[in-house]
Amino acid sequence: MITTIYALAFYFATILLVVGIAYRIFEYAKVPAPLNIATTPAPTTVSGVWLRMFCEVALFESLFKSNKWIWIFGYLFHAGLLLVLIRHIRYFVDPRHVPDFIWLGIAYIQPIGKYAGFAMVFGLAGLAIRRIVVNRVRYISSPSDHLMLLLLIMIGVSGFMMQYVDRTDIVSVKNFFLSLAYLNMFDWQPLPDSLPLMVHLTLVLILMIIFPYSKLLHAPGIFFSPTRNQVDNPREKRRLAPWAKALESGSDKK
Amino acid sequence: MSELDKSELDELNSDADTALPDPLEMPVMVPDAMKDLHSFEAAPKHQNDLGFPGELVDDWQDVAIAKIGDLRQKYRSFRVYLDSCVKCGACTDKCHYYLGTGDPKNMPVARQDLLRSVYRRYYTIPGKIAPWLVGARDLTEDVLSEWYNYYHQCSQCRRCSVYCPYGIDTAEISMAAREIMDSVGKGQKYCNEIIGKVHSIGNNLGMPAKAIKATMEDFEEELEEDTGIPIKLPVDKKGADVLLVTPSADFFAEPHIDGLFGYAKVFHELGVDWTLSTTASEAGNFGMFIGSYDNMRKVSLRIREAALELGVKRIIFGECGHAWRVAYAFLNTLAGPWDFLDPKYPVPQHVCEFTFDAINDGKLEFDKTQNDHMTLTFHDSCNIARATRMGDKPGGQFEIPRAVIKAVCNNYHDMDEDTIKEGTVCCGGGGGILTDDLMDVRVKGAQPRMRALRKVTEEHGVTNLAAICAICKSQFTKVLPKYDFDMEAIQSVHQLVSNAIIMSDAPKEEETPAPESPAKSEDEPSPSSEADKKMDDPHQNDRIG
Ligand code: HEM
Ligand code: SF4
Ligand code: SF4
Ligand code: SF4
Repeated sequence: MITTIYALAFYFATILLVVGIAYRIFEYAKVPAPLNIATTPAPTTVSGVWLRMFCEVALFESLFKSNKWIWIFGYLFHAGLLLVLIRHIRYFVDPRHVPDFIWLGIAYIQPIGKYAGFAMVFGLAGLAIRRIVVNRVRYISSPSDHLMLLLLIMIGVSGFMMQYVDRTDIVSVKNFFLSLAYLNMFDWQPLPDSLPLMVHLTLVLILMIIFPYSKLLHAPGIFFSPTRNQVDNPREKRRLAPWAKALESGSDKK
Repeated sequence: MSELDKSELDELNSDADTALPDPLEMPVMVPDAMKDLHSFEAAPKHQNDLGFPGELVDDWQDVAIAKIGDLRQKYRSFRVYLDSCVKCGACTDKCHYYLGTGDPKNMPVARQDLLRSVYRRYYTIPGKIAPWLVGARDLTEDVLSEWYNYYHQCSQCRRCSVYCPYGIDTAEISMAAREIMDSVGKGQKYCNEIIGKVHSIGNNLGMPAKAIKATMEDFEEELEEDTGIPIKLPVDKKGADVLLVTPSADFFAEPHIDGLFGYAKVFHELGVDWTLSTTASEAGNFGMFIGSYDNMRKVSLRIREAALELGVKRIIFGECGHAWRVAYAFLNTLAGPWDFLDPKYPVPQHVCEFTFDAINDGKLEFDKTQNDHMTLTFHDSCNIARATRMGDKPGGQFEIPRAVIKAVCNNYHDMDEDTIKEGTVCCGGGGGILTDDLMDVRVKGAQPRMRALRKVTEEHGVTNLAAICAICKSQFTKVLPKYDFDMEAIQSVHQLVSNAIIMSDAPKEEETPAPESPAKSEDEPSPSSEADKKMDDPHQNDRIG
């Protein structure tokens, strides 16, 4: 019973997550950027823009210039999250279906992945404390901002519980997800009975479902930010949005 | 960063008067400190002139909400920025208006949230289901008036966009908010009246063609008296090579006029055949301040028409910050293509680029000692610093004006690194708020810049501040005295050029007397009363751009 509920819930959440994000990306891509508003000094070439974007995404460069505390906590959290996610890949893929070198890479990450979890929760805790203690940040926070951090912290903590407190039978979990991932319809392997596991999975489901409707859209959003992704070349290149082009056909222009 | 420790901050603030405060020092938060600052609203006529409803329409809520929907289909910035903010707080201490007023709604993210909360309520699922959870709220009359007050306390300077991890630019949100307010009939008098003037007369000051011609003739006489050579300020000269588009403040106010003299001398010395236009007699484009593409485009098209009409080969812009943003970053899109101009030159060029090139080519000579009575520093105008470039390398907008100043002055010192270049703090008067009814926020918003200036005056003996923006110059003339500086401490960059340039056809025995020393106000009990009167004339200070 529990297995079926979680199986269906994961299918539902996955579809929502993938379709939701794809739809957002489609929307962002569709809306024109009618004017060049790059924050200067900006790169004057496309490859320069790639580099700028890389520094923003991989190093949080602007944030570093801006506020060292947020940068440290935020970076620990995101880097931790990334490593933890990579570490989780082994639960969803069958080694027989991936090339060896990728699998080796994933295996290589495993030991670091353990510490990554702590880094992630430490960073999150720092951000959460900041959100409460620094009056400027408290002022701009809605309940959802606090809850988002709580949700992620709880995901981390319930993960630790499975590992260190109430050891969960990971092999069964893996079998469950493999049966989902490889679409063994209605032959889902049973989930082990474990409270931390139930909590962990439920919170992850919530995270997946709210992703396309919340501020987590910053992840795709950053790539579409005109101040960061535009080439500084307006004197050389005209950019006319389709709706702006329509104005050109008016008779006011010589 | 001591921001986790509030008592320490309070202590710092308490001795702010005695010790030299850090220019970017954190204020004590005072919620709603500026909530009642309400600039004059546009009269029905000013609204109608720009194609907006004369007064608040009956179904304004519906119209405003529909406008939000419209803008999110038209501007990617608006769409992505409303969705992406994570409320990390990195921008909260980056706005000079927050630093100067302590009002938390002047923190960039809080300013965005005034609109984002409404967007969430009507355009996102969580905001529709659980507004209390995600900080969404209905669009009420109170919200509208909050928009009006706080979106007119933003100079659209983009300092916040530099420091936001996603580059969220509050200026984009302010512009959109002003456009929404215009579309429901709640426009601002200062901006909209000026734009109407540009449409009907050709410049922000509302100076008709005749007056411009007469003024230029006066200036020519003045220049000839000063230098002994017939330096021209041609107007509407057909077939000239260069069209100079400059802020109309250059025809009217100090220190702008001396900047205009500087351009004229450079052109004369280089033998450039140039002209002003009476129809494109304004570089500023206030259409940007109100986020109106239509108005911005219409104002830009005047320049195209003037260039075609006069048959010029290139276009050069005078010293103006926001104008240079529209010129550099938007003009090609709004009024291009410029295929009828000489392809050897970028369109448009900045007068600093022009002078810089001539200096580099060794075509100009200077007597730097003419500026020896001053030690200068340079105020990077936000819109030039963060929205444009000069020359062909990123950062040329910082290096070129400094190079020009250093070529004509012996004494120069930069202000604190985190208050210049891309991190420059605004003069406090940009983005359509250079009006007396907003003086309170203008003075307070200037505080970080004034503190940075105070620091270099005390530590490095700086006496004068140079700028290349008409708004900055006008704003500084007003706020410098409030911070115990002399109002005349503000200089145009080309004024410095004008002081030092050696005119090769000048009569030999002529000795140009050194200009009067604009000393600091400590030595001068009351600021020059004549200049003061000038600035109090509403025509003088209200329509500058
Ligand atoms: C392209 C990938 C991503 C980039 C570049 C990115 C970048 C950032 C940056 C720069 C911040 C602000 C600083 C901070 O608070 O850490 C932030 C905040 C945040 N990010 Fe990401 N992020 C990415 C993906 C994700 C993902 C996949 C999640 C999903 C869990 C996430 C969750 C969060 C949360 C919850 C915050 C707010 C932290 C707070 O409340 O202070 N991010 N992100
Ligand atoms: S820095 Fe950017 S993401 Fe962070 S609170 Fe400010 S606007 Fe939002
Ligand atoms: S654009 Fe400038 S004035 Fe406006 S919120 Fe940002 S920092 Fe403040
Ligand atoms: S007036 Fe000058 S300093 Fe102020 S926003 Fe404009 S360019 Fe910046």
